[in-house]
Amino acid sequence: MSAQTPEVRSTEQLREKWMKPEVITGSEILLRSLLLEGVECVFGYPGGAVLYIYDAMYGFEDFKHVLTRHEQGAIHAADGYARASGKVGVCIATSGPGATNLVTGIATAYMDSVPLVVITGNVATSLIGTDAFQEADITGITMPITKHSYLVRDVNDLPRIIHEAFHIASTGRQGPVLIDIPKDVSAATTLFQPEDKINLRGYNPRTVPNKLQLDKLARAIEQAERPMILAGGGVIYSGAHEALHEFVNKTGIPITTTLLGLGGFPSGHELWTGMPGMHGTYTSNQGIQQSDLLISIGARFDDRVTGKLAGFAPNAKIAHIDIDPAEIGKNVPTDIPIVGDVKTVLEMLNPLVSYASKADAWRDQISKWKAEYPYRYVDSDTVLKPQWVIEMLNDTTKGEAIVTTDVGQHQMWAAQYYKFNRPRSWITSGGLGTMGFGFPSAIGAQMANPDRLVISINGDGGMQMCSQELAICAINNIPVKIVVINNQVLGMVRQWQELIYDNRYSHIDLAGSPDFVKLAEAYGVKGLRATNKEEARQAWAEAMETPGPVLVEFVVEKGENVYPMVPQGSTIDQMLMGDA
Amino acid sequence: MSMKHTIAVLVNDQPGVLQRVSGLFGRRGFNIESITVGQSEEAGLSRMVIVTTGGDNMLEQIEKQLYKLIDVIKVINLSSKPMVARELALIKVKAEPSERPEIMGVVETFRASVVDIGASSMMVQVVGDTVKIDAMIELLKPYGIQELSRTGVTAMVRGNA
Repeated sequence: MSAQTPEVRSTEQLREKWMKPEVITGSEILLRSLLLEGVECVFGYPGGAVLYIYDAMYGFEDFKHVLTRHEQGAIHAADGYARASGKVGVCIATSGPGATNLVTGIATAYMDSVPLVVITGNVATSLIGTDAFQEADITGITMPITKHSYLVRDVNDLPRIIHEAFHIASTGRQGPVLIDIPKDVSAATTLFQPEDKINLRGYNPRTVPNKLQLDKLARAIEQAERPMILAGGGVIYSGAHEALHEFVNKTGIPITTTLLGLGGFPSGHELWTGMPGMHGTYTSNQGIQQSDLLISIGARFDDRVTGKLAGFAPNAKIAHIDIDPAEIGKNVPTDIPIVGDVKTVLEMLNPLVSYASKADAWRDQISKWKAEYPYRYVDSDTVLKPQWVIEMLNDTTKGEAIVTTDVGQHQMWAAQYYKFNRPRSWITSGGLGTMGFGFPSAIGAQMANPDRLVISINGDGGMQMCSQELAICAINNIPVKIVVINNQVLGMVRQWQELIYDNRYSHIDLAGSPDFVKLAEAYGVKGLRATNKEEARQAWAEAMETPGPVLVEFVVEKGENVYPMVPQGSTIDQMLMGDA
Repeated sequence: MSMKHTIAVLVNDQPGVLQRVSGLFGRRGFNIESITVGQSEEAGLSRMVIVTTGGDNMLEQIEKQLYKLIDVIKVINLSSKPMVARELALIKVKAEPSERPEIMGVVETFRASVVDIGASSMMVQVVGDTVKIDAMIELLKPYGIQELSRTGVTAMVRGNA
C-alpha cells in the first residue's frame, strides 16, 4: 500500500486493532470499547469533566462523533438513531449542567423503551460529594428514568461496565443505561482487556413464553366472536412485524396499532383500523370497547390508549403479551398473561392458531365502521389545513419516508394521516411527550439511514425548543426535510383550553416567533414558506428536489382541532367527532 | 384489601442499592412501614426486609418492579409462608429509684432486659414481633418514655422453606 492511499482495513482488522491489549487511559478504553460494541456514531458535547475523553478522540479517525449544539439535541439524536436502526444510541456529555441537560432525553427514551448508553463525565472521585464545580449526582438524579446506571470508580471496571451497559440497554425491555465516569478514571491508565462475557445474576429477561398460556390464547381465539388486536411498540422493537402480519392473516382478527406501534403493521391492510385512544379512530375505539377478546401485543395500556380504566373493554377477555412481566396486570386485569419476547411469542403462536371463524359478523361490522368513520376534516381553498399538508406529504412520498415528529397537534395529525407500511419509519415521543424531540431525532434517524428520506414534522412551538441543531444539519449536510406546521399557537394546549377550559386562552400565543425561513437560512439551511395549497405543493416539490437539508414552513389555520377526541376521564367510546 | 406484607429482597451489596429500592417504593406509591438492611449468608449480597401495606395487586407490582432492578437478585414474600419476624427496640423510660421495681416487673414479664441505668431513667431492650413491642411500649408509656428507637422488622421463613 502506497503512502498516498488511505489504509483500508476490514472490520476484523479494525477489531483486532481496537482489542489490542495495551496500557491506555480510561478514555481510550471507553472509545475502543464503544467501537467493539459496534457503535457507528456518537452524539455529544464536550466540557471540563470529559476533556480526557475528547482528547482521546483527537486524531482517532475510527471514532465518529457528531458535535451538537445542546446536550438535549445530542440525546434526542441518539434516540432517533436507536429507534430508526434498532441499534443502541450513544451520547456523551460533561458533568453537572451537561449531564442534567440530558435528563429530559433519558426520560423520553425510558418511557418509550429505547436502548441508549448515556455517558457522562463527573468530577474526580476525590471531589465527589464536595459540591465541586460542575458536580451533579447524575446517577442519583436519573435513577427513576434509567434501566440501570453505573458510577465508575476504578478504571479496571470500565470494559466490564461498558459491555454490561450495552447488554442491559439492548435486551429484555430495552431502555437507557447511564455510565458516569469521573475525570480521574478517564485519565487513569491500565492494561486494556476487552470484556466479552456477561455475568449478571439479577438480570435474566424471559423471552420464551409459557406454552400453556399460548394454548389458552389459541382456544380463546377459536371461541371469540368479537376479537381485537391491540399492537404496540413492542412489535417494532422485537422485529415482530412479519410474525404479526402472519398472525393477523391466519386469524383474521382486526388490528389497531398504538402511537408507538404505527408501522408495525401495514396501514393498507383491510383489517387495520388505525390508532386507538384519545385521538384514535372510531373503529379502533369501538372495536376495543365491544370486543370479547382483546389481545395486546407489546403494548402497555397507557392512559392515552385506555381512557377511563373502569370502563375499558368491559366485556373482553384480556390477553397480554409483553416482555416486561411488570406490565402485565399493572393497569388492566389480565386473563391470559404471556411473558416473552413478542417475536418469539408470535412465532410460537402462529402454528397453533386458526381462522377466527365465529367472527365473520364482527369483521363486517369493523369494515362498515371503517368506511363510515374515517378521519375527517373540513378542507379549505383559502387557508392551508394541517391535515391536508400531512396528506400531501404522504401522497408525494407514498408512505415510504421515515417521519419524526415533535409533540402536540401536528404529531396527532401525522399519526392519523401519514400511512406507514414499514417498521422503524415513525419516530415520536409517545410516553413522555417531549417537545423539542422531533427535529434532533430526525438527525439521528438520518445518520442511521443515509439513503432514506427523513421528514421531521414539527409545530412552531417545538421547533423552537431544539432549532439550534440546524447547525449540525448544515455543517454535516444531513439532508433532513424539516417541516414546520406553523399555526402561531401552542395548538394542543389551545384545543384543550377551547374545549375544556371554556375558551380561556392562557399563554398559547406564539407571537414573536422567528421567521422560520430566515432562521433556517441563518444556519445555511435552505428555507421555504407556503401559505396555500399551490405554494405548498411547489415548496415541497422544491424541497424534495434539493439535496441536503431544507426547512419548509407551512402556515396553517390557527383554530384547527384534532378529532376525534376522547376527553380525559371518559371511556374511549365517548368521542368528540368534530364538525367534519 | 389492604394487608401488611413482609418481603425479603436479596440485593447486590453495591453503593446506591438502598436508594434504588427505596426510590422505587417512593415513586410508585408503595408504602414502606419499615426497612432493614444487612449482610446476608453470601459475600457480596445484602438482605433487605421490607414491611409494606397494600392489596394483592400492589404486592404483585412491588415484586415485579423490584425484579426489574438489576441489583435485585431475589424477592421472597415471607408473609405468605410461616415466618419468624423480629424487631428490637430500645426504650429510655423515666424511672426514679422508687419506680424501678415496678418497671422491672414489666421488663421481666416481657423477657426484656435493662441495658443501662441513669440517675432518673432506665434503658430497656426488648426483642420480639411487632405486636409484642407495641404492647411493651404501651405499658411503659405511663412512666414517661424519653426516647424510643426501633430497628424495624427482620424476618425469615420457618423450617427448610
